[in-house]
Amino acid sequence: MSGVLVVQEAARNRISFEALAAGRVLADITGLSLETAAVGDPNADIFIETAGLPPATAYAVQHPLLQNYTADGYVLAFEQLIQKLQPSYIVFPHTYQVRDFVPRLAARFGQVLIGDITAIKAGPSFDRQLFQGKMNATYRHQGDGPCFVSVQAGAFRQDPPAAGKFTIYHFVPEISANEIRTRPGRPYRASSQTVDLASAPLIVSVGRGIKDAENIPLVQELATALGAELAASRPICDNGWLPLERQVGSSGQTVAPKLYLAVGISGAIQHLVGMKGSQCVVAINKDPDAPIFEVADYGIVGDLFEVVPELTAALKAAKQ
Amino acid sequence: MKIVVAIKQVPERDAQVRIDATGKWIEEADLQFALNESDAYALEEALQLKDKHGGEVIVLSAGPERVGSTIREALAKGADRAIQIVCDDLGARDALGVARLLAAAIRPENPDLILTGLQSEDLGLGQTGVILAELLGLPHATLILHVEKTETGLTVKRELEEGWFQTIELPTPAVLTIQSGGNKLRYATLMGIKRAKTKEVRILTAAELGVDAAPTVVLEQVALPQKQKSTQILSGSPKEAAAALIEKLKFEARVL
Repeated sequence: MSGVLVVQEAARNRISFEALAAGRVLADITGLSLETAAVGDPNADIFIETAGLPPATAYAVQHPLLQNYTADGYVLAFEQLIQKLQPSYIVFPHTYQVRDFVPRLAARFGQVLIGDITAIKAGPSFDRQLFQGKMNATYRHQGDGPCFVSVQAGAFRQDPPAAGKFTIYHFVPEISANEIRTRPGRPYRASSQTVDLASAPLIVSVGRGIKDAENIPLVQELATALGAELAASRPICDNGWLPLERQVGSSGQTVAPKLYLAVGISGAIQHLVGMKGSQCVVAINKDPDAPIFEVADYGIVGDLFEVVPELTAALKAAKQ
Repeated sequence: MKIVVAIKQVPERDAQVRIDATGKWIEEADLQFALNESDAYALEEALQLKDKHGGEVIVLSAGPERVGSTIREALAKGADRAIQIVCDDLGARDALGVARLLAAAIRPENPDLILTGLQSEDLGLGQTGVILAELLGLPHATLILHVEKTETGLTVKRELEEGWFQTIELPTPAVLTIQSGGNKLRYATLMGIKRAKTKEVRILTAAELGVDAAPTVVLEQVALPQKQKSTQILSGSPKEAAAALIEKLKFEARVL
């Protein structure tokens, strides 16, 4: 067992560097060395940007069969890299790709991924959220064998660059084509986007609390009175009450408007990651313990069917 | 097609969760429980595949006695039979431990397809399906919105981040974790509820399956989250609160 290995994801630089910062925190706590690895060419952006950050050593994992992501290919590649390096901790960004292959990789070592962590404390122990963000839990790894963790987007701040030695090694795993059982197609977008939520300065967003499709005009009127774009949390788009392109969250768009007004949204983490960069967050919710209030600047605890019409009326009156 | 759907019973979404005396879990006594949402979509996908291609849908769930009510609900919606792994120490098992229980129950069934929800609403680990695939030596795909049977296996629609999707082909048998929203959920009919009472529920225990807990990851304590921001709660009647909010947005936050 040697150190802390951070596995970065080339197409997702930002969260990868946050994972690298988490790895550095873990290396500081444990006194272990820090190394990084990613699938890709040593000249890839991810390695160029990593040069100068805390890890002095990087592994460029390369194989023709890793060109397109598959869980089978990645599990084999990282199984072999972990066997070679024998790290005590392996840190990943908590991306869809990591969720797809790392539980399987960890199980191969008889281990369980501690996923979506928000903090690392002495021990070390790891914090993650339960009950859609209503509760925090502290987890600890026990026994021999490597400890796998993945880091929530936005939980750690990327380290500033500091000049230092940086060496990239090639790592070529042994993989044969018949070991890869899935055939992935090219990623595509469902339809051309006609709403650009990302550039909207004001957003009114609606969640489960609205109860029924026929109540949507209530929040549409508020959005119109504000001059805001209308957005929604996942269940609203799942039900087809608003089009998918208006969805905010990990599976939808990431927004950072001046004002984000969340109506009847409890604030599950999948939603929060899509909007917590907003300058000012307002939450209207009947449940005072809803996680949305943890990221809100202003809150109204109450029945949205009473509050929203009052808000719309007051905005209209202010305009006249 | 023979399909096993692994489902979980979780506290209802709007439940007020409180920490229990041990500080390691929540007070379960006065909670209402329901079928985990993405598991409901996994069940729906299985039932639709059966409607189209015939075969059998078997629901599988691990947990204490109370899980039986959620299993009956799945049977009422149209599953053919069920396997219930009764164990009161689910919390002492990590995701690998739970997956070992499920895998031991699935193996003798030799299904063509195993479906489960993407993640549970209580622990939110999102790992059980993927670990199951590893334990059973099967290919897997996650975050699936749509499943189509082909000559040689399956074509599935996978959700990626930020509004992107991908089509994946894979052979059967396979394990898929299902994302919410791909289908419209059906309700149990009165006839379905009646029929469910006569359907087979096989009861197994962890001891029978020969799987002990021995976790590598342990939950040490639970706590209420700390606020990331100090929220100003605007009180009063809805009208007063609305007026106060507009004042704040205009003159304090200056975003209007």
